[in-house]
Amino acid sequence: MTLSQTGVMARRNLLHVLSDPQQMIGMSVQPLMFLLLFVYVFGGAISGSTRQYLQFVLPGLIVQGIGFGTTQTALGLNADFQRGLIDRFRSLPMARSAVVAGRVTADIARTAWSSLIIVGAAAVLGFRFHGGLPGALGAAGLVLALGVAMCWVMAFLGVWLRSPESVQAAGFMVIMPLTFASSALVPAASMPGWLQAFVKVNPITIFADAMRGLMLGGPVAIPVLQAVAWIVGLSALFGALTVSWYRRRA
Amino acid sequence: MDRPAIRTEGLTKSFCAKRVLSGLDLEIAAGTIFGLLGPNGAGKTTVVRILATLVRPDSGRAYVLGRDVVSQPQRVREVIGLTGQYAAVDNQISARENLYMIGRLLGLRPRAARARSSQLLDAFGLADAAASKVKDYSGGMRRRLDLAASLVGEPGVLFLDEPTTGLDLASRNQLWDMIRDLAADGTAVLLTTQYLEEADRLAGQVMVIDHGVTVAQGSPAELKSLAGGQVLEVRPLRPGDLAAAASVLGKLAGTSRPIPEGGLLTVQVPDEAAVTAAARSLDSAGVPVSHLAVRLPSLDEAFLSITGHHADVCETGAPLEGSAR
Repeated sequence: MTLSQTGVMARRNLLHVLSDPQQMIGMSVQPLMFLLLFVYVFGGAISGSTRQYLQFVLPGLIVQGIGFGTTQTALGLNADFQRGLIDRFRSLPMARSAVVAGRVTADIARTAWSSLIIVGAAAVLGFRFHGGLPGALGAAGLVLALGVAMCWVMAFLGVWLRSPESVQAAGFMVIMPLTFASSALVPAASMPGWLQAFVKVNPITIFADAMRGLMLGGPVAIPVLQAVAWIVGLSALFGALTVSWYRRRA
Repeated sequence: MDRPAIRTEGLTKSFCAKRVLSGLDLEIAAGTIFGLLGPNGAGKTTVVRILATLVRPDSGRAYVLGRDVVSQPQRVREVIGLTGQYAAVDNQISARENLYMIGRLLGLRPRAARARSSQLLDAFGLADAAASKVKDYSGGMRRRLDLAASLVGEPGVLFLDEPTTGLDLASRNQLWDMIRDLAADGTAVLLTTQYLEEADRLAGQVMVIDHGVTVAQGSPAELKSLAGGQVLEVRPLRPGDLAAAASVLGKLAGTSRPIPEGGLLTVQVPDEAAVTAAARSLDSAGVPVSHLAVRLPSLDEAFLSITGHHADVCETGAPLEGSAR
């Protein structure tokens, strides 16, 4: 029952995306834009050649894309609260978790779509995959799992903050510094020591390293285990926070 | 039917140390429209939100079709429909998708949910616009869809919290007809409103609450008679005679001060005998009249004399009781 209600809510949220050209373009073009800008603007300066930088940055850009993409989760949930719609859902004999779970399910589909676009485009630009089939499956699995974890973080922002403007600002202020002060886009070696200390513990670094391991064939076991630990921890913490805050507020 | 559709006993609720309801008792029979009236902040919306399981009462009991709103909220949700002050529909999808979604959430199979959506779209005159996104709808259409959305599950009890606020007259009349039809089909309707006329036109029973307590209850006619006496209306044939007529009427026994409005004088009188007296006095004063009638006071006038203030629409900027904002 809860599962089918989650499906109904996910369908509703996907209908929003499919019927909104702006969102469709956003989730398709934005990852491409990031890819082209980073590779051709910074590539030569950072890695000496765009081709080398493409290899380095693609796993990081996928992680960053998931971060920016899931801010839609926060905005969407927040919008549901702004309108009287949440009262309608709450007066129906449905599971309370279905509203949030349906949103997360739909947004994971969006995340998967954006990730496919950026990987496809990178392949055309000359990205070479060295991880083999297990690496590919592992990377795909990690993208989805990371999508789930980030969705829960964002879902919490969405129900915690009142106005869509503050949700937007908070999402940006969380994702922007976390992704830039990490090894996702640039190797940490040239950063000042205090920043390197932060980069080392930043979960985005861990996610990017795990993706690199899986896609480029480097060390896998430790970063992937760390990433999974972060994903489980973030999902559990923010999942619980979201649901309890949702109950309080609704 | 012996079991009331809605029953509350001693309902109390406070928000932030402010008493909103102080022991409210309510009983509503199936197939009737019950009007809950009161100024802003009187506690109307809180009553609805408690009965619709959106807010828990601090104390007291409330049953909807015999189901306890506190201990069996999911079972209450199976039998209620709620139309709040803001159209609670998804603006970004079509009317058909809205109704289908609610049908599915109520546990209907896809085919049944589709059939029910089509049926409601036809009944509410939305079939032509069924595929358009709701954000392109007019206010009246959105309210109709909102009401349709409340009816997907064929609820035995329907809550309408100021359903026609902000609607034009034509849309309001249309919605009123629909609400009457629902009650005729056996649905119990709890209607809150600031429009006294709305309660007067729709409700068989009316309760006036103020500061969370009942100040009056009865049929609209009983409530009007509670306001005391009757109202005499006089329209002088010559508009210039208004002042003269007012002074004549003011001298009649037991009358209130005449109120002129657009060439018409209204004055509260104790009973029908005043009509004859008024006619005689006006005649001997040489003031011909084109209209002379006695009627019951309007609910608005009754409301004023019961609560000591007008049904207030000036404070609509005040925060909603118990809203999530």
